[in-house]
This record gives sequence, C-alpha cells and structure tokens, in this order.
Amino acid sequence: MSTATFKIWRGNSQNGEFRDYTTETAEGMVVLDAVIQIQATQARDLACRWNCKAGKCGSCSAEVNGMPKLMCMTRLSELPLEKPVTVEPMKAFPVIKDLVTDVSWNFRVKKKIKPFKPRPPDAPDGTWRMQQEDIDRVQEFRKCIECFLCQDVCHVLRDHQMYEKFIGPRFLIHVAALEMHPLDTQDRIEELRNTQGIGYCNITKCCTKVCPESIQITDNGIIPLKERVVDEFYDPLGWFWKGLKRLLNR
Amino acid sequence: MAEYETFEHDVLVIGAGGAGLRAAIEASAAGVRVGLVCKSLLGKAHTVMAEGGIAAALANVDERDNWKVHFADTMRGGQYVNQWRMAELHAKEAPDRVRELETWGAVFDRTKDGRILQRHFGGHKYPRLAHVGDRTGLEMIRTLQDHGIHQGIDVHMEHTILSLLKDGDRVVGAFGYERERGRFKIFRAKAVVLATGGIGRAYKITSNSWEYTGDGHTLAYDAGAELIDMEFIQFHPTGMVWPPSVMGILVTEGVRGEGGILANKEGKRFMFDSIPENYRAQTADTEEEGWRYCQGHKDARRPPELLTRDHVSRCIVREIKEGRGSPHGGVFLDISWIKQKMPNAAEHIKRKLPSMYHQFKQLADIDITEQPMEVGPTTHYIMGGVRVDPDTQMSRLPGLFAAGECAAGINGANRLGGNSLSDLLVFGKRAGEFAAKFARENQQGGLDSRDIDTVARQALAPFERRDGENPYGIQKDLQQTMQDLVGIVRIETEMREAFEKIGNFKARAEQTAVTGNREYNPGWHTALDLKNLLTVSEAITLAALERKESRGAQFREDYPDKDQRFSKVNTIVSKSADGSMQVRLEPLPEIPEYLKRVIEENK
Repeated sequence: MSTATFKIWRGNSQNGEFRDYTTETAEGMVVLDAVIQIQATQARDLACRWNCKAGKCGSCSAEVNGMPKLMCMTRLSELPLEKPVTVEPMKAFPVIKDLVTDVSWNFRVKKKIKPFKPRPPDAPDGTWRMQQEDIDRVQEFRKCIECFLCQDVCHVLRDHQMYEKFIGPRFLIHVAALEMHPLDTQDRIEELRNTQGIGYCNITKCCTKVCPESIQITDNGIIPLKERVVDEFYDPLGWFWKGLKRLLNR
Repeated sequence: MAEYETFEHDVLVIGAGGAGLRAAIEASAAGVRVGLVCKSLLGKAHTVMAEGGIAAALANVDERDNWKVHFADTMRGGQYVNQWRMAELHAKEAPDRVRELETWGAVFDRTKDGRILQRHFGGHKYPRLAHVGDRTGLEMIRTLQDHGIHQGIDVHMEHTILSLLKDGDRVVGAFGYERERGRFKIFRAKAVVLATGGIGRAYKITSNSWEYTGDGHTLAYDAGAELIDMEFIQFHPTGMVWPPSVMGILVTEGVRGEGGILANKEGKRFMFDSIPENYRAQTADTEEEGWRYCQGHKDARRPPELLTRDHVSRCIVREIKEGRGSPHGGVFLDISWIKQKMPNAAEHIKRKLPSMYHQFKQLADIDITEQPMEVGPTTHYIMGGVRVDPDTQMSRLPGLFAAGECAAGINGANRLGGNSLSDLLVFGKRAGEFAAKFARENQQGGLDSRDIDTVARQALAPFERRDGENPYGIQKDLQQTMQDLVGIVRIETEMREAFEKIGNFKARAEQTAVTGNREYNPGWHTALDLKNLLTVSEAITLAALERKESRGAQFREDYPDKDQRFSKVNTIVSKSADGSMQVRLEPLPEIPEYLKRVIEENK
C-alpha cells in the first residue's frame, strides 16, 4: 500500500501551523478523501467543510499546493506525491479553525443585491414564454455552486481587502444572472458602478481560471456588465437620448 | 439551569434543504417570525445534489398528462401502501409549486414554444420532470435560497439540534449547538417543522453526505412521535462503483431518460428479461420502441431501464451475483451508443448531462460520450419517516410538523424519481402554512430546565472520557453492518444479527471520547450524530423484520413474494414507556372510491 504526506494547516483565528500527516492512498483518491481519512484515524478534531463530495455543493474549497481548489475534485494523481501536499484554508477569508473559514461576508453581500422581479406573466394561466437560446447565458451563470474560490483568488479582495467597496466575481455573476434574466425588470446598474464597485475589476481573469464550473465569469459576465455601466453613465449619445426623453416626458 | 443563549421564534424550521426553505418561506409569508436552522451553510443541503428533475403534471410536453395519471403512477410505484391523501395532494399541487419557482427566478430548460420542458423518468407514464440539464436540485435550492433571504427569516447556519423541547405533549422548541464555538443554544418556538432529510449515512455505500444521520427521525421519535414505513430504503440503481473513493456517488436516472441502456459484461441488455407483470402493458417490447420513447414518440412505451428503482436495483444485483457484472463489481450504463442514432451525439450528451460528463471525466477518467460507465446500487433515500397528518403535516405531537424526506407517507414502498423534489415543495409549503397557523393560535410554551441540562451534560460527556472509543470507528462498523445485513436483499437471520450488533454499538457509543475542544470539532459532532444513526438503524431493522414479505424497496429472501396480509398495512415504530423501541402493524386508511377509479382507469 502506498502512502502520501499532507501538510495540513492547523490553527484558529489567532495562530496556527502546518502539521504533517502520512496516510495510505488508493486508486482514484481525491484530496478530500485523504483529509477525511486523516480525520477519522489521526486527527479527530481536524475541521473541514464538505457535503456532496461530487463537485456540486461547493463546500470543500481550500488551497491545495497553493492553488484554490475543491478538495473533492482534486485527484491525488494530478499532484506530485513525492513531496508533501500542502492543504490550507482559503486566504481571502478569516480562519475559524483549520481548513474552515468565515465566509459569512458573502451571505451578507448577497442579501444587499436587489432580488429578482419578473415582468407580468405572458399567458393568462400566469406563466411565461422564454426561448432556450435566450436563457442559455443565464443558465451558465446559474451553474455557480457558491464555492467562493473566485472570491478567494480575486486580488481586489485577497490582496487589497476591499470588502466594503467590491462585491467580487461571485456576486458580479449573480447580478449578471439577474440582469440578463429575460423576465427580470429590476435595474441594478447604478449600484454596480457605485456600492458594488465593478470598476475595481481589471479583468485579470483569475476568477475564471479557478471556477470549478468553468463559468466564463469575466468574458460572459463581468465585461458585458461593465459595458452596461458604460452605456448608462459614460455614453454622451445615451445622455442626449435620456435628456430628450426627459424633456418629452414633461 | 445553566445560562444558554436563547432565540424566540413563532415557527422554527430545522433543516434548510428544499422542504425546510419552502416551509420557512410559507410561514414567513403568513406573517409570523421564522427561524431556520441549517446543519451546514445555507444552500449546501442535499437538495443541491438532486439531478434529474421535479415531477409535476404540467402537460407541457405531452398533453395527455394530468394529476390523475401522476397520482396513479405514484401509487403503483409505491405498491399501494402510500398514504393516498398525500399522493393525491402531491399530484394536484406539484404543478403550481413548480410554476411558483419560476416567479421566484428559476430558469428551467424550455420547450420549442417557450414553456417549461419536461423529461422522461422511471415509473412516470409521460415526460413529467421539469429540469435544468442534470442540475435541477441546484436550481431549486438556489431559487428558494435567493428568494428566502429577502423574506425576513432568521437563518442559523452551521447549527445542529440535539433535542426537541416539550411542554407536556406539545413541542415548544429545540436545543442544540453551533458549530463554530460549540456553544449551546435554546430555540423557543410555538411550532417546530422538521425538514432534516434522510439517513443515508447509516450505510457504507451511499449517495448521501455526512449530514444525513436521521436527525429529524430521531428527534421526533425521542419526543414521542411515530415513524412509519422505515423498512423501505431506496437503493438507487446507479451509483458510481469505481474508483473506490467515489463509490456511491449518484449517476442520475436522467442518463436512462435520455436513452442510456444497462448491459452486463456479455453486452446483453438484461432489463428486457424481467419486466414485472403490473408494468408489462406500459413497457416497450423492442429496443427500437424504447429508443423511440426516449425520443418523445407518443405511440412508444418506455424501455425497461426506466422501470422503478427498486426493481432495476434488484436486477443489477442479480447480474452481479450471477457473475455477469462489470470488472469493478457493477454493470455497464451506456449513453454513448446513441451516436448510432443521432448526429452530434457527443454534443447532445454534454448538453443534456453536463455534470455527469464532468463527474466521470474528472473523477474516473471516463468520457461518457465514448465509453460506458460502471454503476451499481447506492443507498439514496428513505421512504419511511415521521408519521404526519396528510393535509397539515403535523405529527401526533401538537406543534411538531415534518416535511420532505424525514416525513413519510407519499412514497409508500418505493419512491419514483422526481417525486422527491416535488414532495419537498408541496409538503414544505403545507408544513409552513399549518405551522404558522398553529403558532398564531398558541402561546409560547414553558421550558423544563432539567431536561435541557441533562441533554447538555450528555453531549459534553465524550470530552471527559480521555481513553474512550473513536466515534468514527463505531460509525464505520455500523455502516458495514447495515450494508451487509439490512441491505437490498434481506433475510431474518441476518437482520437478527444486525439487531444484536446495533445493541453492542449502542453500548460502545456511550463510551466515545473526543480530542480537542468544542470549537468546530468534527470528532465531537460524529459522536453526537451516532445516537441518531443507531436509532434509525434499529427502526429500519425492526420494521424490515416485521414486514414478512417482499414489496417495493424491501426484498426478503425468506419471503420473496408479495403477501396479501401486508398489502394494506404500515409498520409503525414508536418509543414505549420503558424507553424500548416498539414496532407494530396498522391498517392503512381506505382509499376512497373516486381515487380507486382513477387507479383503475390508469392501469
């Protein structure tokens, strides 16, 4: 039976350190298997979050050999096992204990985004009609499993800690899913520019690279939103039309 | 009494999957103060794993569908031991519950004329499952979550409930702990809704996560409510079998709905050999007819791969036992063969089953558009649970409601795929509505501080035993026992052995020790969850022993046939005055004439 060594970060909000654990490996194993095995046999109080173990719930986010990953979808066969595998908590959020971080900021941010508000139903029975090609884009964004790896890797949050001014890629995608929803009637463009800070994103695409759902966060979500902000606030022709409309409406 | 932080709500909902969220939204809409307790973070409950779709007779794809056909399908799938009233309400109300999700922002796949698309699934006569590719559960939980957070609900994330609090017979709150600091909390409430999901962690091979330890079942049982149908565990026919670390992870029935076939190592489609009599008239005679059905031809009948889950699981077990299994102890599930039938098959598969494609590619190095998958049965769902009033979802204890997987009645001996998500919505809503009504009609009850202190003391005991047993070890032994002795094929001698072993595990569970402190300590949580796992395991075993016949998900080798004597009874599990578990049989409520006619007309 072969073994591998894992350097797992152990500690709390005050202090911590890497500790080495050597455990047996088997074919097809993922990092989460190793962590759960270590928990069951060597470190019963090792804290980590996980649920579905199939890349669908987004609970087991961590940094494996320095890369933001879902532990349940990271196979040992893709890692160099001749040296220890480091496993540490996401760096953009405060540590609670070991691999568990305080992600509550994300839940607070979401609550502040204006909710879905549909247009009146299209049919007398209270239902709507939408064509598949009109919802493909929104369905892409709605694949998000809220693992927050994109938030973890975004330098605006990770390096500059601008939690008060910028909502991060996860919630820009959430806004994009609402704004591009064919039935939605709400307008979120002003907040995007002001309180949600879309301007801070300088399109380095780090978020897109780590997304386990392969959502084209930057190209399909953030850039089109930036264009909408520009159209609304920086487009002289647009100003002219809006001014004209206001005059006519008087 | 020691000092504990106390929260006051009118309605407390325990569990934040589909049923819990829907209950909380409904109660909140009724104007009462609602608290919602989640064992994990919000939005991570097992509903997120549901893949195939939500069953509702919208009749968008086949206009012949209606609630009567859905009702008859559900009863047939449940082998007629379902609570007829729940099956009726479910079939009638599911379409409205699905349409309501759309008003809250859900984006289902569409038909050509722009309505909600529906797909085929096992045991459903017509294409009935509203879906989003193969990630319907994610769409549903996210829609409920994103709507729910704007309804003024107090959400308590990463909290676990240890005990229900009672004032006389009435349930008046709950006592539990928060994960982060390990501190105890009291939740006072005029009504409590249990929506804690299933028990999958009692078995070794399961599609369920660590959370599914029968918490709601045990909380209700300990408080004095009754459990019914506990012998009926659904072993989903298609879980992954290789590599070992992914064993049990679900492979959606949607693969078969899209035309996927089951074959043994000889390449034979073995499901054609064993079509049960009561499904023969609805099942295809030829492979060609089965394929035409999956393509939406209305004159074609379903392929035998889409028979009910209990039956398909047993056929797979038979193939494996008789030496015709795949290399890693499963059978083959092949969707790639459809390229013989359509151009761009690979693209079609990736579009219809994206997360299956992803899951096999990433975890097993298998490209499902090119190669067959290897699959075998996995513990997926429990039909049994808290006995509730079919209309209000209240248990026999005033103020205690239950909905979703932890409640029972709608599914009988076997659940149809897709009926779970609709069950969560229909009965989650009802539980929320009637819990709010109960809360408005009643005052807060009194608390007994001695009860609370006792629970707290017992919960902390594992910290005082420095050389006690590892809780993970006991959990593992229990899972192996249930897997081997109370699994898909059951026999009295083995179940007696399991019952004895469970007794030993109980004694061992009294002697667990945990290391570290109370802060986010999974070893401690595992020790506390053991009690629940042992309670449901005992209930499953006793109920399975009591039903001396084979019906739906229960297959007894010593009683391999259906028995008329058990055709109109439920098993009822309850706690006796001396604390021991009792099981008895009780007649089902008689199905009224108008519904008997519905069943007859749809035979």
